[in-house]
Amino acid sequence: MAEPLTTLTSLPMPLIRDNIDTDQIIPSREMKSTGKTGLADGLFAGWRYTEIGGREPNPDFVMNNPVFADSQIILGGENFGSGSSREHAVWALAEYGFRAVIAPSFAPIFAGNCVRNGILPAILDASEITAIEQSRLPVTINLPKQRISIDDKQSWSFPIDEEAKAMLMEGLDSIDLSLKMADDIAAWQAADRAARPWIYLGATK
Amino acid sequence: MVSKLPGGGALIAIDRVFLHERTGAAALNSLSAAGRSVADPARVFAVMDHIVDTRPGRSDQTLMPGGQAFITETRAAANTAGITLFDVNDPDQGIVHVVSPELGIVLPGCTLIAPDSHTCTQGAFGALAWGIGSSEAEHAMTTGTLRLTKPKSMRVTFTGTLARGVTPKDMILTLLARYSAAGGKGHAVEFAGGAVTALDMEGRMTLCNMATEFSAMSGFIAPDEKTFEYLKGRRYAPTGSDWDKALDSWQTLHSDVGAHFDQEIEIDASSISPMVSWGTNPGQTIGIDGAVPDDAKAGPLQYIALEKGQPIKGVPIDAAFIGSCTNSRLSDLRRASALLKGKKVADGVKAICVPGSSRVKREAEAEGIDRIFKEAGFEWRESGCSMCFYAGGESFDAGSRVISTTNRNFESRQGPNVKTHIASPETVVASAIAGEIADPREIANG
Repeated sequence: MAEPLTTLTSLPMPLIRDNIDTDQIIPSREMKSTGKTGLADGLFAGWRYTEIGGREPNPDFVMNNPVFADSQIILGGENFGSGSSREHAVWALAEYGFRAVIAPSFAPIFAGNCVRNGILPAILDASEITAIEQSRLPVTINLPKQRISIDDKQSWSFPIDEEAKAMLMEGLDSIDLSLKMADDIAAWQAADRAARPWIYLGATK
Repeated sequence: MVSKLPGGGALIAIDRVFLHERTGAAALNSLSAAGRSVADPARVFAVMDHIVDTRPGRSDQTLMPGGQAFITETRAAANTAGITLFDVNDPDQGIVHVVSPELGIVLPGCTLIAPDSHTCTQGAFGALAWGIGSSEAEHAMTTGTLRLTKPKSMRVTFTGTLARGVTPKDMILTLLARYSAAGGKGHAVEFAGGAVTALDMEGRMTLCNMATEFSAMSGFIAPDEKTFEYLKGRRYAPTGSDWDKALDSWQTLHSDVGAHFDQEIEIDASSISPMVSWGTNPGQTIGIDGAVPDDAKAGPLQYIALEKGQPIKGVPIDAAFIGSCTNSRLSDLRRASALLKGKKVADGVKAICVPGSSRVKREAEAEGIDRIFKEAGFEWRESGCSMCFYAGGESFDAGSRVISTTNRNFESRQGPNVKTHIASPETVVASAIAGEIADPREIANG
């Protein structure tokens, strides 16, 4: 499971476009690994390199600006991570070194995938994200306090559901959490098997 | 619901899990590496659709570098886990959201998940079906549950009736055009109204398929007699007394009269015309008689190489694609071939038809549909996701313009700098014949 995340300070990399889809985060042709690693080179490949499938850095793309070389935070636009459910998009972000994306909204599957892999999907208003970008300052994310700040004067709170927060802060594995309820699950299934026998294919075929 | 969770979520029982070869090996191998196993393999299925080649005479090999490993590793992991695999040359092979209904695996009232965003397609059966990531698939397989925060509710009611030449694809594209690709954010969407219940099950699947493009968690339609009739006798559907018992239960699955929804949208189906996307997200869509909007953003305009105010009809195309989990079922191919019969694809247009499943392919061939496509100049393929997104390692020529029955017009999804226009099978056929984006109503039954 991912490293716990509590506070994080980093110069954020601005990629403020609406509807950045997971095909842009990692194109199909870059998903060459049958596992969860070996994907970072494919991150944003369509924009990051001068040619499709190539590895010559496109100097116009923000990721290739040396200023953002160590950035761990992305500033994004509306509906970030829309499209395909491919978790490879998040595996690639994590492998490259990103730990948070700040955007006005996220596609739901993408946000869930982030939390499962130690990446914080933090929601701020578009105007606040623009203010962060224009400040050109590092941002500090304080997850326990659910606050994002650029200095003593400018800080904003962000929402996150309690469970996602706990999982990120403690690096918890959701499967472990659910397996603690194995007895409840077994009892529920026993009752359900009587009520909806057609659901339990092993028993009826 | 098994149990409430602290923080407002719930632990929800998952009745069916589907995997495919792009994430199957990753999920199953990660599970076993953690010392875990699939709790009930009889309720977990896998298909080969996302990587597999769709060219005739295929094997495990694909044009995608390293693609074969996805297939062989998923096969090995599926066999070890004891789950049911519809393998490359299995007669039941096909796109996950075509195969599952064909075999009666999705059922009304069940929960079904797959690491594929278009799992919402199967909500057409009154199931709660939605796409998740690979880690969530692991969670569901080993615990039989998922941890879920209840989405908000939305009802989209299509009143009236569709005009001739207008299809379920045009209904969902109209919703996207009017309410944007983020319009369903945070909601589970029920599709209702006379124009929805009038659809057959395959049309309903097309409608629900693009709920994810609307940013909804899922889409669904209350099951009715058409649903039950479709499912009866299918391989994994209940039989005998179980069928009767199931039917009693399924008939109660509808929203109460006067039910409250967090958001309601109503669309007059008779106001819908054939739709075509002009931009780089599915909300950037207009009627076939429309023009690129004056407020179109520079980014998508530049990518798609069209001008503000330019009519979409008449834009020359390089290729036409019929396939994908949106529009590749037998009824789609029947309607497309009825328009295509006796006509030819325009010179210079590459045209490809990929049936949604091996069963659809066999049934279409039994009706002679394959001959109509081939004689018109279409390639006729084996089933799979194919050139919707580089499945099989194939894509359209760099920079080419494609009209496609698929669901996503994202940058470079169908090939390097390929400009995708999404539309119905009828509009794709009409455009393939014309060599430019064309109105299917103008050649209907011609």
